[in-house]
Amino acid sequence: MTRFIIRRLISSIPVLFGIVLLVFILARVIPGDPCTATYGEKATPELCAQFEIRYGLDKPIYEQFVIYIGAIAQGDLGSSIKFGRPVTDLLLERLPVTLELTILALIFAAVVGITLGLLSATRRNSPVDVLTMVVANLGVSIPVFVLGLLLAFVFAVLLKDTPFTLPPSGRLTAGVSVKPLVDAWGLTALEGPPRAILDFASNMYVFNTLVTGQWGALADALKHLILPAIAVGTIPLAIIARMTRSSLLEVLGLDYVRTARAKGLKERSVVIRHGMRNALLPVVTVIGLSLGAFLSGAILTETIFNLTGMGKTLFEAIEGRDYIVIQGVTIVVALAYLIVNLVVDVSYALLDPRIRLG
Amino acid sequence: MSLSELPNTRLPVVVVPDPAVTAKPSSLRRDTIRNILRQRTAVIGLVILGFLGLIALLAPFIAPYGPDDSMLKLGEEGTRGLPPCIHLLGCPADQPQHLMGLDSNVRDEFSRVIFGSRFSLLIGFVTVSFAIVIGTLIGAVAGFAGGWLDNLLMRIMDVVLSFPSLILAIAIVTVLGTGLINAMLAIGIVSIPVYARVMRASVLSVRENDFVTASRALGESSGGILTRRILPNALTPLIVQGTLGIGGAILEVAALSFVSLGAQPPTAEWGFMIASDRNLFFSAPHLIFFPGVAITLSVLAFNLIGDGLRDALDPRLNR
Repeated sequence: MTRFIIRRLISSIPVLFGIVLLVFILARVIPGDPCTATYGEKATPELCAQFEIRYGLDKPIYEQFVIYIGAIAQGDLGSSIKFGRPVTDLLLERLPVTLELTILALIFAAVVGITLGLLSATRRNSPVDVLTMVVANLGVSIPVFVLGLLLAFVFAVLLKDTPFTLPPSGRLTAGVSVKPLVDAWGLTALEGPPRAILDFASNMYVFNTLVTGQWGALADALKHLILPAIAVGTIPLAIIARMTRSSLLEVLGLDYVRTARAKGLKERSVVIRHGMRNALLPVVTVIGLSLGAFLSGAILTETIFNLTGMGKTLFEAIEGRDYIVIQGVTIVVALAYLIVNLVVDVSYALLDPRIRLG
Repeated sequence: MSLSELPNTRLPVVVVPDPAVTAKPSSLRRDTIRNILRQRTAVIGLVILGFLGLIALLAPFIAPYGPDDSMLKLGEEGTRGLPPCIHLLGCPADQPQHLMGLDSNVRDEFSRVIFGSRFSLLIGFVTVSFAIVIGTLIGAVAGFAGGWLDNLLMRIMDVVLSFPSLILAIAIVTVLGTGLINAMLAIGIVSIPVYARVMRASVLSVRENDFVTASRALGESSGGILTRRILPNALTPLIVQGTLGIGGAILEVAALSFVSLGAQPPTAEWGFMIASDRNLFFSAPHLIFFPGVAITLSVLAFNLIGDGLRDALDPRLNR
């Protein structure tokens, strides 16, 4: 197992290098000189001279690349023009929002998707099955941003003043606040990386309120996340439901399942203990493959629900032509994607011994 | 000079129809078409696509107004985001009929949605065709050449695949500059690896077959082997992947338009229409709903056809 993980880690190094190289190339081929492209009308000769020295633009291209890698390795992604702050700080503050949304969407998609797939497969060709497959087909076809906007309309406008109303924007209701972890645990004196990690965790409101027992704030934070999570999770949910159905149908047709039935096991036990256990392997792969959909979905959804995460940052950066932030987000998201894929591969190897040996 | 103009030097061949053949025509192509039509999902998809295709083709005749016509200029008293007014459903007859209401620039939403179908279908086909052509080329070269070239090309494809496609597309568009063409180009670029992988896998599996060795022994060039022996065998997975890819491409280009990187005003592109009327959303939800349904339908059509094609063309599933 360790050997598998090490091999997988080593094989992702060229890809990592490629990601950085690609973003580097993209940043260099922006039309016009990078200084004007970055600062627009604010570009003055003095500012540009400073800019060129800072980013080593007066040096040969291969040297620039080395400098660039060095900067990234030290966590320096440049400074945002619009916000006037280091991109790293900005992202550390906003990544938790996206992370929280993605995790919630993942839980929603996996739980509902697998359940629907299971129902569908065990009641093949019944109305439940047909309905599930129609919903699944629509689910993969509807654009995330349309779904998000429609959900916001239904739950915030149509269902207003009913118990089902849900907030269409923001992370918390005005007046509700979440105490940072450092305050809750009396660690305000903490500094450096531990402090950064704690601040990062505090910014995941659901996690923070859960571990510190701020129940009111927890309920409020969850309420604000339900609609965005459904919007983000729907496409993966549809894919997961379809995969669970077809995979379970295939497994249930195998000889060992017939044997299990023949020896008189209850149907429930046959389906869950014998069927699902093997049917879930391809489902795990599909969940891994749809991580891109989760991230892209989160980016589109955050702007709709006014959640200040990576997506909204990217959106604002696009509107303000803030190239440094766009690059920063691209690199961080690609890195996150790489890491999560690594985790998926490893978990897959844990589930299926054949992969480790292969 | 085309082929038909060549002097026919051959003796005329009289084909005597074999009664057994004419009675029960069975060819690979006919079987395939029958297989596809047996797939209910594919048929539903084809019907939706045909419907959308007709709308796109006949747009000027169906739409009551031009896609960019402001009602104010036409001497009508329009309001921004006016809800739908349909005479049949009880809208007063003295009000001009607007099946899907008016958008934020007082244009007839129905006409814009109708004309938008042209963009979506075109976007889907052009984007995926571009990706298939380049991807097939890369995959063929990689699979055929092998060695370091194969390694290099496929590692580049891995890097492209290691980005969530929308993020990379956004990065590419910011470099190329905004616009519908650049958005399509970006989505095309990020979808290349899928087709390159499919093509490479086909090349690798077909390359070692006896019939390929035979053509090589007969002196056929590498290019000939590639186009005449390998490509036809790789076509099926490429077509299936491509059909499914069209739906994805429409969604992603719409998403780029939504983040203001794709179509620019006043283009009647569905994603862009939603983006530009987003602010009116709570008072005029129909401006999101109708283009939203239109996008969903067109994506659904390609997904259904793609699924049906896969089931019909996969010999393992043949019953």
